Amino acid sequence: MLKRIFSVAALASLVLGTATAQTSLTGSGATFPEPLYRKMFDAYNKQTRVKVNYQGIGSGGGIKQLTDKVTDFGATDAFMNEKELAAAGAPIVHIPTCIGAVVVCYNIPGVNTGLKLTPDIIAGLFLGKITKWNDPAIAAENPKVKLPDMSVSVVHRSDSSGTSYVFTDYLTKVNAEWKDKVGMNKSPNWPTGIGGKGNPGVADLVRRVPGAVGYVELVYASVNKIAFAQIKNKSGAYVTPSLKSASAAAAVDLPDDTRVSITDTDAKDGYPIATFTWLILYKEQDYNRRTKAQAKAAVDLLWWVVHAGQRYNEGLYYSQIAPAVVKKCEYLLKSVTYGGVPLLK
Amino acid sequence: MAEFHSLNSADARPAENKGGAEQAPPSFKAARGRVGRTRGRIGEILFKILLTGGGFVVLVIVAGILLSLIVNSVPSLAAFGPAFLAGTTWNPSGGEFGALPFIVGTILTAFLALFFSLPFSLSLSVLLGEYFRKGPFAALIRTMMELLAGIPSVIYGLAGTFFIVPLIQALEMGIGFVPYGVGIISASIVLAVMIIPYSASLGKEVLELVPEELKEGAYSLGATRTEVVTRIMVPYSFSGIIAGITLALGRALGETIAVTMLIGNMNAIPENLFAPGQTIASLIANEFNEAGADLHRASLLELGLILFVITALITILGKYVIRKMSVGGSS
Repeated sequence: MLKRIFSVAALASLVLGTATAQTSLTGSGATFPEPLYRKMFDAYNKQTRVKVNYQGIGSGGGIKQLTDKVTDFGATDAFMNEKELAAAGAPIVHIPTCIGAVVVCYNIPGVNTGLKLTPDIIAGLFLGKITKWNDPAIAAENPKVKLPDMSVSVVHRSDSSGTSYVFTDYLTKVNAEWKDKVGMNKSPNWPTGIGGKGNPGVADLVRRVPGAVGYVELVYASVNKIAFAQIKNKSGAYVTPSLKSASAAAAVDLPDDTRVSITDTDAKDGYPIATFTWLILYKEQDYNRRTKAQAKAAVDLLWWVVHAGQRYNEGLYYSQIAPAVVKKCEYLLKSVTYGGVPLLK
Repeated sequence: MAEFHSLNSADARPAENKGGAEQAPPSFKAARGRVGRTRGRIGEILFKILLTGGGFVVLVIVAGILLSLIVNSVPSLAAFGPAFLAGTTWNPSGGEFGALPFIVGTILTAFLALFFSLPFSLSLSVLLGEYFRKGPFAALIRTMMELLAGIPSVIYGLAGTFFIVPLIQALEMGIGFVPYGVGIISASIVLAVMIIPYSASLGKEVLELVPEELKEGAYSLGATRTEVVTRIMVPYSFSGIIAGITLALGRALGETIAVTMLIGNMNAIPENLFAPGQTIASLIANEFNEAGADLHRASLLELGLILFVITALITILGKYVIRKMSVGGSS
């Protein structure tokens, strides 16, 4: 008898448990902000009991799953281009959540810090035109550094990646030859080098191969203690990548839909290889038989991410979005509707 | 309490029945026999259907894989035609796709791996199939070989990263190549280790099947053990050895994770054995997740189709060689 009572109680608690935490949202996409989103969504779950499942399957996959209408929101490091927006079939809202920096990291024995690189040197290295670390072009910018007569080994991403997109977007802006030969892409046709899978794969190869140069998100270089370069920005200043300099890069005039590339920023103290990363959702939320409650939960979550959720950014090496950007997000989120009626007031 | 009770009584009833059956009159026993025979016949039919079904499932699966690969690669088949096979540029941003670097990478790593592994796998199969057939040493070697076959490929990839890559790096620095460490040679060496158990265990099985009379005949004519192995046993079981090699080659062609970790993932035809490259399997592993554009996806799937065809061709070729050899052996 006692056993039966227990089992009924257990069953009831199970049913009630699912009833109280019944709202659950799914999202997928970019791997770069995944640690931040996990932290944020975990905290959000504790506060509101809304469960958010996030799958880091890559920016391209995130866009695809949203436009296939299998997720509540997507996440991407590269804003959707006109073609992707057209394929979505209905207007999409981009909400920036944080700013990330891509660093040029290197493994030159004896040069542990402070290497200075110009945009043309970076392009030269990744085009395979600068093949030795004691090349005169590098030496001219680094008179105090003792550069070895060592071959350059280029390390890039082997998988399709938002990080590659940001990096090649930058090189396309600053170097004409790069623009002609390679251009910007999530999986560009690399002229030289070896590929590593994911940020950890690139970080690992750079650490192992003497003479290597690669690019990873700031957090991977910081955590793995890999040396990274200062880069000359548009106004001619050498900038060390950091949360502050990445944040400064975003201090530019934003278009109303926030779809903007902030690489090669005009900002004086801004780090030139930085990017927003976005959460994306449909502007009209009444699709695919979703309930209004579901739609409201999605918008509430995004509202929280750009407000209270921002306090988690810096602890995980992501820059916060500036107040001016938050204003734009508020405006955008208020424009999201369910059956034509705004979900937020 | 009620539950316990009912369980008990349910248990008791069949027991009573059993007792009843044993004491049944002869006529009843005969009837039971007839029922048993009919049931046996039905069982026979069901068993046959089950077996045929199993065979049919294999056919459906292979046909399904082939069909889905063909259907899904239609955009790229239509866009590039046979030129896809000879194309050397793989540029998703420009919408330009060519398969040659990956076909070269796949075949190069697989055959190099086979080349590296053959001396070891052949000597292992002779060792276990002739010299140490029983005993603790044979058991140890056999267990180790099975273990080698059972290790997940990601572990091989890691082992390669920690042991092979630094060695190759040192070698590259010594002879003046860029010290990437990863590349065609590193991937092939690790692949070679991975496929040893496949060819060695099959080789051992067929060597054990060589009739004693043949060997004794050779010994009686004054042959040494080495001569018996090289002149009698290996030629006799050649077809089986080839079958093992085919199996190993198939495994090497399709291996993905370990290769992805060690080959350097560069989408170009490798200039030399130390250069980074890419196989069909590693390219798909790298790019399929985020292949957004239809043509990119279709091109990756067409590469899958090509890998399927290469594997099928090698299996067929292996079968052909085996048939040729078997005829020669038996005549």
